[in-house]
Amino acid sequence: MLIDHPLLGPRDEAEFVILGDAGLIDRPDWQAEDAAQLFHDYLHLRDNPAGEHRELWFHEQGDRSWLVVTRNTLTHEIVRVELARDVAIARGRDR
Amino acid sequence: MSGPFRLDGGAVDRSRTLAFRFDGRSLTGHPGDTLASALLANGVRLVGRSFKYHRPRGVFTAGSEEPNALVELRSDAHREPNTRATVTELFDGLEAWSQNYRGSLRRDLLAVNDLIAPFLSAGFYYKTFMWPKSFWEKVYEPAIRASAGLGRLSGEADPDSYDKGFLHCDLLIVGAGPAGLAAALAAGRGGARVILADEDFVMGGRLTAETHEVNGRSGADWAAEAVRELASMDRVRLLPRTTVTGAWDHGIYGALERRTDHLAGSNGKPRQILWRIYSRRAILAAGATERPIAFGGNDRPGVMLAGAVRAYANRFAVGAGKRVGLFTNNDDGWRTAADLARKGVSVAAVIDVRDREPAAEVPGARIVTGGRVTATRGRHGLKGVTLANGERLALDCLAVSGGWNPNVHLTCHHGGRPVWREEIAAFAPGDGRPGGMAVAGAAGGAFTTAAALAEGHRAAVEALGGLGLSAAAGEPPGASDEAVEAAPFWHVRESRGRAWLDLQNDVTVKDVEQAHREGFRSVEHLKRYTTLGMATDQGKTANVGALAIMAEQTGRSIAETGTTMFRPPYTPVPIGAFAGRSRGREFQPSRLTPSHDWAARRGAVFVEAGLWLRAQWFPQAGETHWRQSVDREVRQTRGSVGICDVTTLGKIDIQGRDAQEFLNRIYSNGFATLAVGKVRYGLMLREDGMAYDDGTTARLGETHFVMTTTTVNAVLVFRNMEFARQCLWPGLDVHLISATEQWAQFAVAGPNSRALLRKVVDPEHDISNEAFPFMACGEVGVCGGAPGRLFRISFSGELAYEVAVPARYGEALMEALMAAGEEFGAVAYGTEALGVMRVEKGHAAANELNGQTTARMLGMQRMVSKRKDCIGNVLSERPEMNRGDGLELMGFRPVDRSEPLAAGAHFLAPGAEAVTENDEGWMTSVAWSPELGHSIGLGFIRNGHARIGETVRAWDGVRGRDVAVEIVPAHFLDPDGERLRG
Repeated sequence: MLIDHPLLGPRDEAEFVILGDAGLIDRPDWQAEDAAQLFHDYLHLRDNPAGEHRELWFHEQGDRSWLVVTRNTLTHEIVRVELARDVAIARGRDR
Repeated sequence: MSGPFRLDGGAVDRSRTLAFRFDGRSLTGHPGDTLASALLANGVRLVGRSFKYHRPRGVFTAGSEEPNALVELRSDAHREPNTRATVTELFDGLEAWSQNYRGSLRRDLLAVNDLIAPFLSAGFYYKTFMWPKSFWEKVYEPAIRASAGLGRLSGEADPDSYDKGFLHCDLLIVGAGPAGLAAALAAGRGGARVILADEDFVMGGRLTAETHEVNGRSGADWAAEAVRELASMDRVRLLPRTTVTGAWDHGIYGALERRTDHLAGSNGKPRQILWRIYSRRAILAAGATERPIAFGGNDRPGVMLAGAVRAYANRFAVGAGKRVGLFTNNDDGWRTAADLARKGVSVAAVIDVRDREPAAEVPGARIVTGGRVTATRGRHGLKGVTLANGERLALDCLAVSGGWNPNVHLTCHHGGRPVWREEIAAFAPGDGRPGGMAVAGAAGGAFTTAAALAEGHRAAVEALGGLGLSAAAGEPPGASDEAVEAAPFWHVRESRGRAWLDLQNDVTVKDVEQAHREGFRSVEHLKRYTTLGMATDQGKTANVGALAIMAEQTGRSIAETGTTMFRPPYTPVPIGAFAGRSRGREFQPSRLTPSHDWAARRGAVFVEAGLWLRAQWFPQAGETHWRQSVDREVRQTRGSVGICDVTTLGKIDIQGRDAQEFLNRIYSNGFATLAVGKVRYGLMLREDGMAYDDGTTARLGETHFVMTTTTVNAVLVFRNMEFARQCLWPGLDVHLISATEQWAQFAVAGPNSRALLRKVVDPEHDISNEAFPFMACGEVGVCGGAPGRLFRISFSGELAYEVAVPARYGEALMEALMAAGEEFGAVAYGTEALGVMRVEKGHAAANELNGQTTARMLGMQRMVSKRKDCIGNVLSERPEMNRGDGLELMGFRPVDRSEPLAAGAHFLAPGAEAVTENDEGWMTSVAWSPELGHSIGLGFIRNGHARIGETVRAWDGVRGRDVAVEIVPAHFLDPDGERLRG
């Protein structure tokens, strides 16, 4: 597969490490009432869609960017690649 | 003229003669020959034995689809079994042996299998070798193994080298027949970056084997001219002798180029190259493969595919026989008769299954329309055939054509299924093709030369248009549409004797019928029950015929019956090519520590730690056992001073205004109060609350920290920290960089470590206990101004330091430390001594931090802060991980001090049965303590702290040991840490 890195252009899959569902960006509040349940769900409950999936990939043999790659798990078509940092900020993550 | 069957013309170079040996017999051929064509030219018809029945077999095809003519090529360690003679270029001195027989090829002792064939039909193995059960290992398996397999491996290491490479192009064209050449010309003339790959050593595909005309000249000449033009284009790369073996995602293709297989030796050059080709578009112009017709005795040497017989005559100038017959269901088969007649080969008969007017005039030939061949004769080669009408014909070669199958393989590598097209009576590419792939010519079912040329041209124009590139406009090369009509015809029902479908795996029509009777009717079941298509040729000439017969049996259409999947590789790829240069020591990179050469000169024994090679111990003269070396290193370190290269520990440089806050969230224990010039031990949890790494972090400045991780987790910790930085807390001002390789670091441990370092650290730095106490750190000059960092940390439990310098000074520092230590008797120590000392101190390492342990188990529950947000703290509070009677890290010593201990032993109460229910924990690490004079161990045991002094059993079922051990605290030496603070 080729991943079109937003900063570096198309790079071979072999340069990357995959983590999985991009939902891992949405880490719950540790002080929430039901923090244990929220963290359980955050860590263990993932969708495994046959189709488009937003995934976290790490450019380990490259610039060390974490990327959010939207990939069709049936065809391996990659429809969008974003810097995970931008996605995280857009989802309200800060400090 | 070499050989009695050599004809005039062709593309062999008669000016040179090549000598070769087959089964020890000396023969000759010419450049341009394959081993198969040279054997046929010499009249060698019997070239091997079949897999199961050991039937005599001869050359069947003229290409990579060959099921029969497999040989062992070359000798000694270079021997390569199952090499297809049909694609092996002849070279001077070639040596080949036939394979798969016992005794001699002509008198194969295992040919007895053929006599008992009625017992060896489909499912034979599954039915026969079931009973008695005990016979499988002792009798059946050894017997089957002895008679199975085709050629023999040399059993030696492969002496050749292989490479891997990467290529990029706008357009990859697979196959250099008329469609591929027309496509390459259009794209190349337009200036596109083109790669044209073909498995043959001469480009041109069927044009090299036919007498068709292109642009008014012979097809072979036109192809040669096209190749010359393409070779002159800077942006076109020609890859002859290259098989595109698979289609991967996003236009990536795998290809095997055979660089020196056509030479007597590789001469130090890579024998083969496995290319990874990145293409923006691809055109599959892989042509088609002829299929046979099944009839009685159709496996005899001399029965060949008609297109192959034509290729041998036209291209290789070889007559496959002196008296040839044709058996066909289509117009193309007639072309073989016409071409042979033109070449002066006697064509004795043309038998067309279709009841119609002859498609061509063949002088002197007996023409039988509506005819059937029902049987053949001839022990080691064809002598004649019998027709359904009872007529007997004397023939030494029968050319058979059952029509052509498009080579759809690469269109199916992403799960696409070919579709049956009734009008061409063949499977053609369907949906689900790899993205960016177009199909042109016979691969797509367009069987005429004119259609192939036009489709190739058009496919190139369309592909480049889609990329915004221009292809040369204009007309495709011209040719006429030859007659290609075919009537589906799969096997002769009136056959006498077995009718073969899969020649290599000996699958007959009867086997398919039997599979149907016994319920194995889906194509996937059929394949596995009969082994159809499972040989090295993957059934390229066999599968469709067998499907057709299954369709007849079930009463369904072929379209409904479907095909099995095609997966890469298209043809076999040697394991050596996949390995490339990654063999032996080079299987993966070796990371060497800065003192590696120094240690090697001292005779160190090395151990792999991930990719690193670390000194394990340093044997000295007179030491014959590793324990002697390790005990000495430990004693001398604890007694005076020892030095160990600890560069392999991961080092991460952390800087930024929020670096401290960031660390406070990465480690489970607090880092908010760490002062400049201090080091702190830190524990890391996974988000699920389990411990996964530990190490120290030093604060060198207000906004500058240096972290160490364990050697094995260095990459993972860095990855996770980048995740936290970019994805969880993108607003924190913090930056990370790995500095593992940039800094050499040495532990200097033992009561004389300060005295030693006083001689190495520049004098302006005060390293007295008062000025530089335990857990101090700072930037220092060493050896007269070299930049260094000094950390007062201890893994050994002794007064100890770690000193770091830029990696380029590492070896010099090692030498300086050893020289300075000479007056103290300083030793270099390796990872074994390091391990002994950490077990003596009860420090957790990889055996304890194995991903299944909690902070509480490690006795570090107080290191999980509940007052801050950090990775893993929420889920570390799960009740099951905090049970009062949970596993706890403890020390163990044998009640009988002379007993050795073993890691992996499980703890049981005295007298308890060794069953899982009674398991109380396990031993994680053991060592022999030179200081205590007996074995010691660390391990996890339930409720350990409350049980100090209790005796349990360390039961080791694997090694058959059962040792009484006493539970003790994990700190065997200096429990209050007086040494390291001194």
